[in-house]
Amino acid sequence: MKFLPLILSNLKRRKLRTLLTVLSIMVAFVLFGLICAIQHALVGGVDMAGADRLIVRHKVSLIVSLPASYQQEIDKVPGVAGSAHLTWFGGIYQDAKNFFPQMAVVPEEILATYPKVILPPEQKKAWLDSRTAAVAGRTTAKRFGWKVGDRIPLTTGIWNRTDGSQLWAFDLAGIFDGADKATDTTPLWFRYDYFDEARVYDKGHVGWYVIRVKDPSQAVDVAKRIDDHFANSPAETKTEPEGAFVASFAKQIGNIGLIAEGIMGAVFFTILLVAGNTMSQSVRERTGELGALKAIGFTNGQVLCQVMAESCLLAGLGGVLGLGLAWMFVARGDPTGGLLPFFYIPPDNLLIGLGICLALGVATGIVPALQAMRLRVADALRRM
Amino acid sequence: MSETKTTNGALVQVEGVDKIFHRGAEDIHILTGLSLQVPDRQFLALMGPSGSGKSTLLNLIGGLDRPTQGTVTIGGERIDQLSDRQLAHWRARHVGFVFQLYNLMPVLSAERNVELPLLLTHLSKAERADHVRTALAVVGLSHRAKHYPRTLSGGEQQRVGIARAIVTDPTLLLCDEPTGDLDRKAGDEILDLLQALNREHGKTILMVTHDPHASARAARTVHLDKGQLKEEPAK
Repeated sequence: MKFLPLILSNLKRRKLRTLLTVLSIMVAFVLFGLICAIQHALVGGVDMAGADRLIVRHKVSLIVSLPASYQQEIDKVPGVAGSAHLTWFGGIYQDAKNFFPQMAVVPEEILATYPKVILPPEQKKAWLDSRTAAVAGRTTAKRFGWKVGDRIPLTTGIWNRTDGSQLWAFDLAGIFDGADKATDTTPLWFRYDYFDEARVYDKGHVGWYVIRVKDPSQAVDVAKRIDDHFANSPAETKTEPEGAFVASFAKQIGNIGLIAEGIMGAVFFTILLVAGNTMSQSVRERTGELGALKAIGFTNGQVLCQVMAESCLLAGLGGVLGLGLAWMFVARGDPTGGLLPFFYIPPDNLLIGLGICLALGVATGIVPALQAMRLRVADALRRM
Repeated sequence: MSETKTTNGALVQVEGVDKIFHRGAEDIHILTGLSLQVPDRQFLALMGPSGSGKSTLLNLIGGLDRPTQGTVTIGGERIDQLSDRQLAHWRARHVGFVFQLYNLMPVLSAERNVELPLLLTHLSKAERADHVRTALAVVGLSHRAKHYPRTLSGGEQQRVGIARAIVTDPTLLLCDEPTGDLDRKAGDEILDLLQALNREHGKTILMVTHDPHASARAARTVHLDKGQLKEEPAK
């Protein structure tokens, strides 16, 4: 600690240069934080997907529906603990840009399948008591200012009603929360029985099934049993882990991980050069001072540590500021208003960011630090 | 004042020292078979033309460099045999350096500059502050403790340099052209200070200088030319 004033004072030697270097590192880490949040928002669902859940969809495509009667057969497959079905609605609330997922479900089944969804008992009862009732996730309810009791009108180009209308209205019976950040609180769920009765076509069909398996280690065998069971039927199935199902959505955008890593690689390489240049300049211009320090008794190791500490402090300052700013920005919530339900920086990404800070400090400081360490005192003093 | 172990009454004993620098394939002989003894508490001026090896000899005595051949014994300890790390620790304990261009840290105040050698000790913050106050008082700069080098005159900066050199109470002060960058008045003040440190505080001082006016303040003067020493008649 007694060397800290010496280290700090060296950073104040060229204030503008230090400030610009810290700012450039900070910008890189803001970018890192935001890219982590975006990447997590786009593919995070893959990580969040339950290991004990499988998705059963039509073998041809997700948009081709499956018979509702499959559920009884699926439930009998050995290893299946329970199932729920969901049907995509694709409605528009007021404006097409107000996107959020809406699905027809069976309340008890969906709540049993997603135990981290928290719905107050009285709201659950209200949902079960009314066929036109729906529940919405907290994120979406907050986004549109919905309150329990509101009537939510949705228009859809997919599902015409038997009365010829494309307008569907649901009574908001409840607003659910997630037990953790990973729980998606953007969907609107309404009752399948009401939906199936009121729609014109595809009656008796569902979009896909979510299966809970008794033993996650047996998930592959259970998936194979289900697909084998429906093989050669009019609607063959494709069963896959929930994570793979979510990933297939993300892949439509491209290899997000590779894109993010590419961008971050380029950014950090540039910062490495910028901060490395700063440290090299800083050491070069005080060769004589380092020589004086050695003359008065500082060892080579102490001089090396001093330069490394300056470098790590510089990187740490910029990194922590950058991660802090990114965190503050992300904490304000999904900037798209619902397209990125998992928009946050996962804690492990913050730890990785701090690790990168340290690595950046070491990488930018090691060469000038070694140069400082190897300085011959007599030579250094001549360069004062 | 720290305990001083001497050999035959000499604090500094340089015996048969050669110093050869290599420049490409060429060997440059700076010092050849040089011997020098400096008694404890002596103020010695080392004179000679540029390139005669004065600073090289000072560096060898101060443990900043090692001889190609021969021995350098300070206070009974063969410092030419010490490792880099051991030499650094030895310098911190036994030697104070005063440089021509002061070599102060421009980003540190006078008192922080003086404190630097004490950071290598186990003294507490309060003890370090006490030592710094004492050293600045000895050089007459207590009132400039908070000032940064850029706000001090050359003479004042050199006083800070001297305070830094004496703050650990070393046995030996090595001064490389301490008045070389100062005007006559400031130079005289520095020489007065060095004389006082020698006479009143018992410091052994080796001072490299070009200036006969400065060497006149020393009790003994030796001339170095072409790697050989020549003693000036006793004053």
